[in-house]
Amino acid sequence: MTKTTTVADPVISVKELSKTYKGGHQALKNINLDIQKGEILALLGPNGAGKTTLISTICGLVQPSAGSVTVGGYDIINDYKKTRGMIGLVPQELTLGAFDKVWNTIRFSRGLFGKSADESYLEKLLTDLSLIDKKNSLLMTLSGGMKRRVLIAKALAHEPDILFLDEPTAGVDVELRKDMWAIVEDLRQSGVTIILTTHYIEEAEEIADRVGVINAGELLLLEDKKVLMQKLGKKQLRIELREPCTTIPALLEKYDLLLSEDGLNLVYSYDTRSDDRTGITSLLTAINESGLVLKDIHTSQSSLEDIFIGLVNPLDSQESSSSASGATAP
Amino acid sequence: MNLPAIKAIYFNEMRRTGNTLLQSIASPVISTALYFVVFGAAIGSRIQNIDNVPYGVFIVPGLMMLSLLTQSISNASFGIFFPKFTGTIYEIMSAPISYLEIVIGFVGAAATKSFIIGTIILITANFFVDLEIAHPFWMMAFFILTCISFSLFGFIIGLWADNFEKLQLIPLLVITPLVFLGGSFYSVDMLPEFWQKVTLFNPVLYLISGFRWSFFEVSDVSVGISLLMILAFLAACLGMVWWMFKTGYKLKN
Repeated sequence: MTKTTTVADPVISVKELSKTYKGGHQALKNINLDIQKGEILALLGPNGAGKTTLISTICGLVQPSAGSVTVGGYDIINDYKKTRGMIGLVPQELTLGAFDKVWNTIRFSRGLFGKSADESYLEKLLTDLSLIDKKNSLLMTLSGGMKRRVLIAKALAHEPDILFLDEPTAGVDVELRKDMWAIVEDLRQSGVTIILTTHYIEEAEEIADRVGVINAGELLLLEDKKVLMQKLGKKQLRIELREPCTTIPALLEKYDLLLSEDGLNLVYSYDTRSDDRTGITSLLTAINESGLVLKDIHTSQSSLEDIFIGLVNPLDSQESSSSASGATAP
Repeated sequence: MNLPAIKAIYFNEMRRTGNTLLQSIASPVISTALYFVVFGAAIGSRIQNIDNVPYGVFIVPGLMMLSLLTQSISNASFGIFFPKFTGTIYEIMSAPISYLEIVIGFVGAAATKSFIIGTIILITANFFVDLEIAHPFWMMAFFILTCISFSLFGFIIGLWADNFEKLQLIPLLVITPLVFLGGSFYSVDMLPEFWQKVTLFNPVLYLISGFRWSFFEVSDVSVGISLLMILAFLAACLGMVWWMFKTGYKLKN
């Protein structure tokens, strides 16, 4: 048992991880991923992308076919007791024993992870998760949202350093989803590293520090959320005209503008990655010189969803982008 | 050793027993009492002594074994099958707990429950017949070893089963017939010679015979062989459980 970490090392390190199931389906393909202490990482991907397989492997539920994973510098296979003790897992399904009471089930979870009973901590946990008045309720009498909170309480019962949330807001209403985001933010404040899988783009956009996009078992991208949106985010400038025009003037051809069907809008796309100028000033000058009269201008930036679709299915992205603009090429 | 984890599993299982007290404890006790009424009091009085032991008394060890075997298997198999069925097994499989610790928690609880049931049956029997135990130490040894080894066997069935039908398959179609045909209610000497030889292939015969010897000093086969057989069964179950966890059989993908 050798711990191989320094202060600056990632809390989770995944190296060349692959998983092929018995039927031959390759769920993970050579995944490399480092997760830093205290961050919130969102793993985005469509159903069947490999998100759950990845976190299940790190948590010890799935045996890897190749590669290695360390948690806190310890190997998840050779030092599984140490690594699992650091991790809490909230599964995707509402898997709870129906006949247990809330209090008993969280006490069980704490004991299972080798911690001696600590009633004051568990009571605080239930209070923080708005479950304290359900302490003696049977699990089967709770609503779906409450059950989801109980699962979080169970995962936190042993005071883990790392929390995995597997699609925590799948199938929950908007209000509860926002409650969950608040819970995640509170956990981050307390220093817990959080890895969540989701296919809700807005969730990643709202709470994550970094975003990983996974599809067909491959980690397509791993990037700081803000950097990602700056790096890949395309901006659009929509120019509203006072009078409709039927064709784009020759003077404006070099800007690859799109003209809306009603002839009242010109759409100019530019890339924020470019170190060069955006060309907006010269475009506006050229519009003026071509005799078109401006009524208004608007800018918009690609959302994470556009980026995600662009990575997972580039063709769909192009089609949706064209149709969303409501514009046609001249 | 992760003692808090073992305690958590053990007491969680025992609490489940407490929640279903009527099904867990009362049901086997009532059914055993009915056996005593029918075979001991009603029919037993018309059957001659076997090896100088009145029939009502003679069947006590067999009845205890019948309950111990079925209850041990049922408790342990359900204990591990239910988390698999509901999906809550994820928590155990992702906890910092070794396979040995999981087995000690689940099998320990199942064996404890069987031990309690067996003890209650023994006390109940005293209300129906005059019972003396010739070798209390050996009686207790057979008693405990049977609880543990068949709880382990039940644990294996619970791991193997992926539906309720499979869960009941072996207890109903294999264990119950073996117990009934293993001399629970008769001495093997009472069978025709051919069937006496066939019965020797029934492993349960050795358990009942050894257990009965500890009560009345009468047995169908040597006590040493009985003890060896139960130890061999225990070792086989341990080996099987070890293999299942090592390979993640029906537990891990």
